Amino acid sequence: MALMAEVLFWPAVVAYGEAVIAYASPRFTRLGTWGVRLGWLAQTALLAVQASRADGFPWSSWAGSLNLFVWLVVGTYLIWGCRPRFRLLGLTVMPLAVTLFVAARVGGGTGAGHRSGYGNLFLVLHVGFVLAAFAGFTLAAGLAGLYLLEDGRLKRHAADILRLKLPSLVVLEHLMRRTIAVSLPLLTLGLVAGFVRLRERGGGVDALMGATIATWFVYASFLAFRPSARTGAHLALAGFALVIVARIALAGSHF
Amino acid sequence: MRLSLVGISHHVAPVELRERVALPLDRAATLARSLGDAVCLSTCNRTEVYVADEDELAALSSLEEIAGEPLRSVAYRLHDDEAAIHLFRVSAGLDSLIPGESEILGQVRAAYDAVRPGPFLDRVFQQAIALGKRVRTETAIGESPASVPAAAAALAHQVFGELRGRRVLVVGAGRVGELAAGSLAARGATIAYVANRSRETAAALAARFDGEAIGLDEVPGRLADVDVVVASTGSPAALIGAADIPSRRRRPLFFIDIAVPRDVDPAVGKLEGCYLYDIDDLEAVVSETLAGRRVEAEHAERLVALEAQRFTEWRASLDVVPAIASLRAHAEEIRAAELAKLGALPDEERRTIESVTAQILNKLLHLPTVRMKEAAAGTEGTRYAETIRELFGLDGEAE
Repeated sequence: MALMAEVLFWPAVVAYGEAVIAYASPRFTRLGTWGVRLGWLAQTALLAVQASRADGFPWSSWAGSLNLFVWLVVGTYLIWGCRPRFRLLGLTVMPLAVTLFVAARVGGGTGAGHRSGYGNLFLVLHVGFVLAAFAGFTLAAGLAGLYLLEDGRLKRHAADILRLKLPSLVVLEHLMRRTIAVSLPLLTLGLVAGFVRLRERGGGVDALMGATIATWFVYASFLAFRPSARTGAHLALAGFALVIVARIALAGSHF
Repeated sequence: MRLSLVGISHHVAPVELRERVALPLDRAATLARSLGDAVCLSTCNRTEVYVADEDELAALSSLEEIAGEPLRSVAYRLHDDEAAIHLFRVSAGLDSLIPGESEILGQVRAAYDAVRPGPFLDRVFQQAIALGKRVRTETAIGESPASVPAAAAALAHQVFGELRGRRVLVVGAGRVGELAAGSLAARGATIAYVANRSRETAAALAARFDGEAIGLDEVPGRLADVDVVVASTGSPAALIGAADIPSRRRRPLFFIDIAVPRDVDPAVGKLEGCYLYDIDDLEAVVSETLAGRRVEAEHAERLVALEAQRFTEWRASLDVVPAIASLRAHAEEIRAAELAKLGALPDEERRTIESVTAQILNKLLHLPTVRMKEAAAGTEGTRYAETIRELFGLDGEAE
């Protein structure tokens, strides 16, 4: 089983890596897209192997959840981002995915997995929803970055604006808002599951939980106040900074 | 088979001369038919006649007759590979005034469709049209706009994406504004208002786009109702200031200011959600995209070179293939005649002898066939074919 996980990790990480290199040049965008697709299939197989091997939810550890998070991020990107005009989004998302995927492996998150002390339903609801929401926020941040880049180029009249083709401002803003609108309810469900368990079994609020709640407020204010596109993009990036803090810096305090 | 070309283009002839030989499609087709197996390509930038296996002088004379003056000093005359390469470059948009312009490919196809030439020209034009498509698919040569109005529309697309349903206010009903409005309308935008000092001029342009004519004093009041503003008046002072911009919150407003002096205060471009491009900005964008087209043109030239190589090989094979066929037919004829001399034989013996002689024939002819095909790929094909005909007395047996 460990060998199978080993066998599936490498093609996935190599394909993601190939996508990063291919996305660097507009000529190889299609190769990049195929790298993402094949890598995601390999990682899906890896997760399937982990799921079939484990007694329960296999991604309850810090590294395991990172593995699942990468899969969700790439999967979300695959839904609508895998188009030539979104090449720069791929160039933003895929290096992050490769880095986190390698970190997941170093932390043991791509192996056979171990049994968690938590119930499966709770883990699926809590970890699954929170990670899916974080994946959505990651994509929204990528879109926000592209929006600010394109907005800046239009404002300063960059002569090469039509050569380095990006999606239009309106499309970027629309997708960013839609992604956040879908992700925030998922985060809400994940948080509710966590709070229910906290109430049943007791325990305090740790740093990661605090950061996640702050993230919820940032994105909730995004949807509630409907700021201008530029302010909204900054808000989405601020929320993503909290996601990174929660996922990377504070993860050890929670798992 | 020979391919010949005679023509004039923007490279060698001024517009005064080109316009005299510019022919509508039906007249170009009639001219081509009168010359035998020919295709006449006539656009505002070129009139060219491609002829197969004919002297191009007749075509040149016809063009001179149409022009009403001698063209020999300006017309170019190309043959075989050079003529084919020229056609390939034309259909790829590489010989155009603006590299990569896409209209020419449709014009090549129309010229070809209008006459449906014989097999030789048919093959050359099919190859040219396929190459034109390939160049547009595999390179970005035609993707960027090459004029100020087209760049303005492309920039609006960069802000809004799909322009269908986007409303445009045209301030100034001059020629440049009209062209920009036309580019935006071609991408699906709605020309909602045309404002001009003279109401009559505004009404005339508005009628063209099914819009509403308004006075210049009404412009600030309409800004809340539009997405794109095209300004090109001759006003000595700015007509639109930052204070005129209504609060739009999440709706961008794109200004194209082609006027000199400028119609839109530069401070407008600093407002959030407002994007302002003046004539210098637009020209810088066009200049950059043209530079990009030239880079892509290098890639396209490589595709033309590959296609030219294929054409050369194919044309050489036209000389060699009939010679090979004649040689084989000649050998087969001898074999059949010798077999006939054997008289009555048991079936099994006859089958054995037929099989053995056929094998001998194939083995004998295999190497010469291969060598001739190899020679056809180079420049020796015709000479080999002639030698074979001479050695085996194949004259008159071809094909």
